[in-house]
Amino acid sequence: MERRVPGSEQMNWLRAALLAALISSCAVISSAEDRAIPLNQLRSGSEFLSPELRALQADAFANPGMLWVERGAKLWSTPAGSAGQSCASCHQDAAKTMRGVAASYPRVDAKSGFLLNVEARINQCRSERQAVAPFRYESDDLLSLTAYVNSFSKDYKINVVIDGNAETYFEAGRTLYYRRSGQMNLSCAQCHEENWGKNLYAERISQGHPNAYPAYRMEWQSMGSLERRLRACLSGVRAEMLPYGAQEYRNLALFLAWRAQGLPMESPGIRR
Amino acid sequence: MASYRIDGDEVRASLTGAAGDAGRGRSIVLNRSEGACLLCHSLPPSELGAEPFMGNLAPSLAGVGSRMTAGQLRLRMIDSTRINSATIMPAYYRIEGLNQVALAYRGKPVLSAEQIEDVVAYLRQLK
Ligand code: HEC
Ligand code: HEC
Ligand code: HEC
Repeated sequence: MERRVPGSEQMNWLRAALLAALISSCAVISSAEDRAIPLNQLRSGSEFLSPELRALQADAFANPGMLWVERGAKLWSTPAGSAGQSCASCHQDAAKTMRGVAASYPRVDAKSGFLLNVEARINQCRSERQAVAPFRYESDDLLSLTAYVNSFSKDYKINVVIDGNAETYFEAGRTLYYRRSGQMNLSCAQCHEENWGKNLYAERISQGHPNAYPAYRMEWQSMGSLERRLRACLSGVRAEMLPYGAQEYRNLALFLAWRAQGLPMESPGIRR
Repeated sequence: MASYRIDGDEVRASLTGAAGDAGRGRSIVLNRSEGACLLCHSLPPSELGAEPFMGNLAPSLAGVGSRMTAGQLRLRMIDSTRINSATIMPAYYRIEGLNQVALAYRGKPVLSAEQIEDVVAYLRQLK
């Protein structure tokens, strides 16, 4: 028989509440500490390239991604919309105003509360400030402007905010990262955390960092966004590819940026 | 989907009721769009044929036919997670409990029951 102590129900309730608070605060702390790959062991994807491709990335004259950057520079000062304003009309010299900016993306837009990557930020300015149609995902225009903006963060260390209004996006990204998906039933972590450095056929798996994007990929013979790369990983495990711009990709991108916190930006990167 | 019974670490009965064809099994193992086993595994060089590349995420399949019974190999092929829940080896004959499978593959196992038997027959020959 159960012995009832006066007030025990209340006590239990209080204890349960305290315990819950304790557990949830531990979860928050662990989100910042539990890194599968410690910060001092981060290795950029470029370290997994052949010496030839690494040299190509480092050579600003030979790097094919620079064609997109140059195109982005022209677009930066091309007026669009009835007010005839270009990006430069508001942001002036990108070398000053865009310096280091991309290293802090994805980032929550304070006004709307949405998580934005650089592409979405550019399209937000297109639609809200220039009152013109947003650029299509993976269009040369959007890739060029993104590559241009990101080029001013080259060598800047990735540094994203994951708490406050970013926390739910971050947690959703993390959940997705560790969830198995596709007919091959693999999670991102099973390749990029448990098996980096090993070979799939002959391809060496890297730690899966986002710091090179938009990047020029040999296989694409073109520049492509981080989302395009993520779609390639999803299709590799025979998982459904979500449409470009899907919230899931942004959430994942925030988690990826946090995993890579402190890694220098390389865009325009070269990849196989 | 054929039903099967797990005994210990084995599925003893053939999924089709018949023995598989080791020759077809070999080409399934080598083919990148069928078994794609060499994404992760290696094979003895004499078995490789035209495929020049092998992964190194998993133990070599050399000699696996003398290490494991047909029943053990069959369960491995059907659903490796039954042996090691954290495995990276795909479940080749399972359609339940998967997330976000691409439309073209939804509701279909990676390999058919016949193909599983063909692969088991081939692996048994790797002594
Ligand atoms: C079957 C193994 C596998 C799985 C699962 C996988 N990837 Fe990849 N991923 C690769 C390979 C191979 C590459 C190309 C080589 C490299 O850089 O690792 C790659 C590249 C990447 C890159 C680009 C790295 C760079 O420096 O260019 C990122 C980012 C990435 N993956 C993220 C993910 C995410 C997020 C997931 C889960 C949705 C995922 N991957 C799932 C194998 C995988
Ligand atoms: C009419 C003025 C205007 C025009 C034109 C404009 N922007 Fe903006 N842009 C802004 C303002 C204002 C912000 C800050 C928005 C905020 O913080 O809510 C901003 C923010 C940005 C940011 C984020 C900066 C940061 O520090 O996070 C980027 C990147 C950007 N714009 C790129 C562009 C590009 C590329 C174009 C041209 C396609 C463009 N903008 C056109 C006004 C403009
Ligand atoms: C994505 C990687 C991957 C793929 C693809 C893969 N395997 Fe495996 N396999 C493994 C790993 C890893 C193990 C080691 C045991 C474990 O971790 O579950 C394994 C174990 C095995 C074993 C047991 C070997 C032993 O000595 O214990 C057999 C047999 C096997 N795999 C056969 C196959 C066949 C046949 C295919 C193709 C139809 C295949 N595997 C595809 C990763 C893979």
